[in-house]
Amino acid sequence: MSNNSETIKSEPVKIKREQIREAVVEIVSDSGEGAQKCGQSLGTISAKMGNGVWTVEIIPAEIRPPARSKAGASGIRVRMGSKKVTNMGDHADMVVALNEQVLYGRIDQNAYKPGTYLLIENKWATDTEESNAAYTESIQKFKALGYIIHEIPMEKECLKHVSDPRKGKNMWVLGLLCNIYDRDLNIAAAQVKAIFSKKSDDIIQSNIDLLHAGYAYANDNLPMHFTIASKVSKEDFVVMNGNEAVSLGVMAAGIEVCSMYPITPATSASHAMAEKMESAGGLIHQAEDEIAAIGFAIGASYAGQTAVTITSGPGIALKTEFIGLAVMAEVPLVIVDVQRGGPSTGLPTKVEQGDLLAVLYGAAGDAPKIVLAPSTIEECFHYIILARKLAESFRTPVFVLTDANLATGVQPFPRPKIKSAWFPDPIDQSKWEEGVKAYDWDPKTGLSKRPIPGQKGGMYTLTGLAHDEESHVAYDPSINQRAAESRSRKLAALHKTLKEPKILGDKSGDLLLVGWGSTRGAIEEAVERARERGAKVSSLHLHFLSPMEPGLKSIFKNFKKVMTVEINYSDTIGNSLITEENRRYAQLAWYLRAQTLTDIDCFSNVYGQPLSPIQILEMLEKKLDLTLTE
Amino acid sequence: MISLQPDFCDIEIPEKEHYSIEDYSSSKARWCSGCGAHTILHSVQKLCTDEQLPPEKTVFVSGIGCSSRFPHYMKTYGFHGLHGRAFPVASGIKFRRPDLHVFVITGDGDCCSIGAGHWVHAIRYNMKMVVLLFDNSIYGLTKKQTSPTSPLGTHTNTHPTGSVLPPINPIQSTLGLANVSFVAQTVDWKPAHLNATLKKAYDHPGLAFVRIVQRCPIWMRENYEPTVKDPDAITVLNHENGIVLEENALKKFRHIQEHDPSNLVKAREVAELVKTTTPIGLFYQNKEAIRYDEYGAHNLGVPVEDRINAINSLMDKYAI
Ligand SMILES: Cc1ncc(C[n+]2csc(CCOP(=O)(O)OP(=O)(O)O)c2C)c(N)n1
Repeated sequence: MSNNSETIKSEPVKIKREQIREAVVEIVSDSGEGAQKCGQSLGTISAKMGNGVWTVEIIPAEIRPPARSKAGASGIRVRMGSKKVTNMGDHADMVVALNEQVLYGRIDQNAYKPGTYLLIENKWATDTEESNAAYTESIQKFKALGYIIHEIPMEKECLKHVSDPRKGKNMWVLGLLCNIYDRDLNIAAAQVKAIFSKKSDDIIQSNIDLLHAGYAYANDNLPMHFTIASKVSKEDFVVMNGNEAVSLGVMAAGIEVCSMYPITPATSASHAMAEKMESAGGLIHQAEDEIAAIGFAIGASYAGQTAVTITSGPGIALKTEFIGLAVMAEVPLVIVDVQRGGPSTGLPTKVEQGDLLAVLYGAAGDAPKIVLAPSTIEECFHYIILARKLAESFRTPVFVLTDANLATGVQPFPRPKIKSAWFPDPIDQSKWEEGVKAYDWDPKTGLSKRPIPGQKGGMYTLTGLAHDEESHVAYDPSINQRAAESRSRKLAALHKTLKEPKILGDKSGDLLLVGWGSTRGAIEEAVERARERGAKVSSLHLHFLSPMEPGLKSIFKNFKKVMTVEINYSDTIGNSLITEENRRYAQLAWYLRAQTLTDIDCFSNVYGQPLSPIQILEMLEKKLDLTLTE
Repeated sequence: MISLQPDFCDIEIPEKEHYSIEDYSSSKARWCSGCGAHTILHSVQKLCTDEQLPPEKTVFVSGIGCSSRFPHYMKTYGFHGLHGRAFPVASGIKFRRPDLHVFVITGDGDCCSIGAGHWVHAIRYNMKMVVLLFDNSIYGLTKKQTSPTSPLGTHTNTHPTGSVLPPINPIQSTLGLANVSFVAQTVDWKPAHLNATLKKAYDHPGLAFVRIVQRCPIWMRENYEPTVKDPDAITVLNHENGIVLEENALKKFRHIQEHDPSNLVKAREVAELVKTTTPIGLFYQNKEAIRYDEYGAHNLGVPVEDRINAINSLMDKYAI
């Protein structure tokens, strides 16, 4: 980067910088003001400098909420640190607000703490009489809450460089933040260039000017300046969100058919691959609805190309009958569920881990299937490759459960080296071995080889009706029992190959936290911080939910208490109506209680927000009766 | 194996196989005696024999219903799936397998009620496949409930005093759908016409939608008997580009109407005849309609290196 032609115009006045380990920065605005682009760029610049990064989008529920409204906060949070960062962190340290009203929503969500810097666009102080009054009142309120306020003439400063300040203010803010946090201005300029690579040279130049202007403004006018140590890795890294990782995973798994129907927050997983899917030998089928999407995928899989369907909770509800068919008729299939708040349309843009039980048990009858839950962006990529292999080896649908937090969270990870071994073999069109039945269930493992249309001698009629080994409709009831056993055995066979989950912390203690999916970063950080303060707490994170990872019961026995930490609904003990008998548990807790006969507690909620370490620490303080937070 | 130009290529001459009708018949069909499905099954098996379709390259996809048991009685590949969902499955099969001959078997409840959404879109996808709508105007398997094609006033178990809504006309509806490319109607009890219709449908380069008026002797005897017995009940749509019957066969029909199947507006008019007679023949055909299966097959077999390159070039976008 040092040989970049874009050099800093004038060496800024030397300033003193405070060394910090990490920072949580938010940029909030009305939607459409480019806050997310600004934050993503800050994240990418930091990742390029070798910092750990996690970014999470702040999304209003409506596409276009009224401008300058309390509920309208749209934007992004960027957490950057000298070490690897795995979650969104606790409270923000620094917030840039393009209007002051949107801050209210974030304050309600407990996103800030006394001492948080609020850098607020001050044009509203003089805009109209009405805005002026609201602005002044808000500034006073924020001061009273202990935030450190800097009123900044962002628009006025931008107007020195561009005629329409709505275009480009975000790059000025990026410059401002780059100065505050000592970001490499050459890397930043290269990033701005990359963003506008399809635009004219004039546009690129004016945005770079804005970047420099914001940088200089912070240098000359703001008192707080920090630096975060970083180390550039020799390894190649990529930085992306979980949906993009799923998308690349689909392609790298050699999956040629992605059959979907648009639904937030899953859709962008299909957008991300759209540009290259065709040249990567595959196609996206946008079906007429979710039922058709999975039916189409099952058709493609039946004909020899294991397909993927990507959706969210309401889509899973519609697909349920077909999922049952895929289990019953043993059709390999990858189903990605990017979970959002439910039930019903729920919280379309917000996170929840609410589909676990629906996915495990949602079908009519017993429908055992494989369920995986990646816990990092990197795993979102690799688990799709794993899922296709498992689907084919075990002749069954495989679920990959992600959620809105993974879908939009951005994190750098080592660039995967795509291997041809990840791709499926060409469709088997050899002659089917004579005498082998369409479901030649191995009595021990339930596994069988699958005939594919085109294979001579393999002809059979797949059916969702109970069937025997030859796929003939079962008129004898004993066949159904045998077939159900065979399908169930496959999970037992896979279970046998799995390893015990790793424990973070000691193998025994006062409390074991158990999580799954996107909460891993927050749980593990909370556990590490609690352990530093002497708490005898450990955690483990499950990646296989069906079949369950082995050894859990004996692991649990070594802890005084076991509790799951999840983002879904559970009754909290304390309400006078809630008793041990009627308490409704968080979903993993429910499942683990049944599987392990252990009295497992749970901590969960449905605010629609990712969990932060501090929330978990505060819960631990109460459970363990210790002081774990400042 | 014989070698032509040994250092250039080997040509393997496959054993010549001939398929007879038995090669397409599996277990004995379990439909009621007198059910129209039996004759359709026979006619389909005849088509497979005439066309010498390799059984391993032929797939029958169905939904749920009496009619949807069909694939079990063929000795080909089959997919007896969910009620109303044969279309998406068949489309998924055909999407990346241009080498497979795909047939869809569906009932009037299956296609025109629970699967109606998929019907609309399957017509629009226009993938090369033959769709046989077994229309007995009743729910057979679940025992005589009103179907969307039951004539107004049909006595059923859900409407014992007579059904209360006018029926869907599947021909008319299909002719109204975007990208429709082949719509024909026949009856199960006129084998010559049935065979000729299936052949025409099989040859069509796109989705051939064939409604077969089907007898249900158990639940709908009084509805069909008059039509089956009355020599005036049927009107044949005749045209050199339509379903062409041999002169002798054509002579057996009393009512013949000329209809040019290239004329969509006229086809919709002719479809209205359903109210007064049973028109059989080709209503409409357009061999040029856009085909989604051609899109599906356009990038098959991209070499692995190229695929990896494409993925890497996308990955570059995220590289830091
Ligand atoms: C989701 C679902 N709903 C309902 C049924 C029950 N069911 C099976 S077949 C059928 C109707 C069959 O009628 P039709 O499609 O006309 O076929 P036919 O039996 O007359 O050939 C119904 C309602 C089912 N199998 N699945």
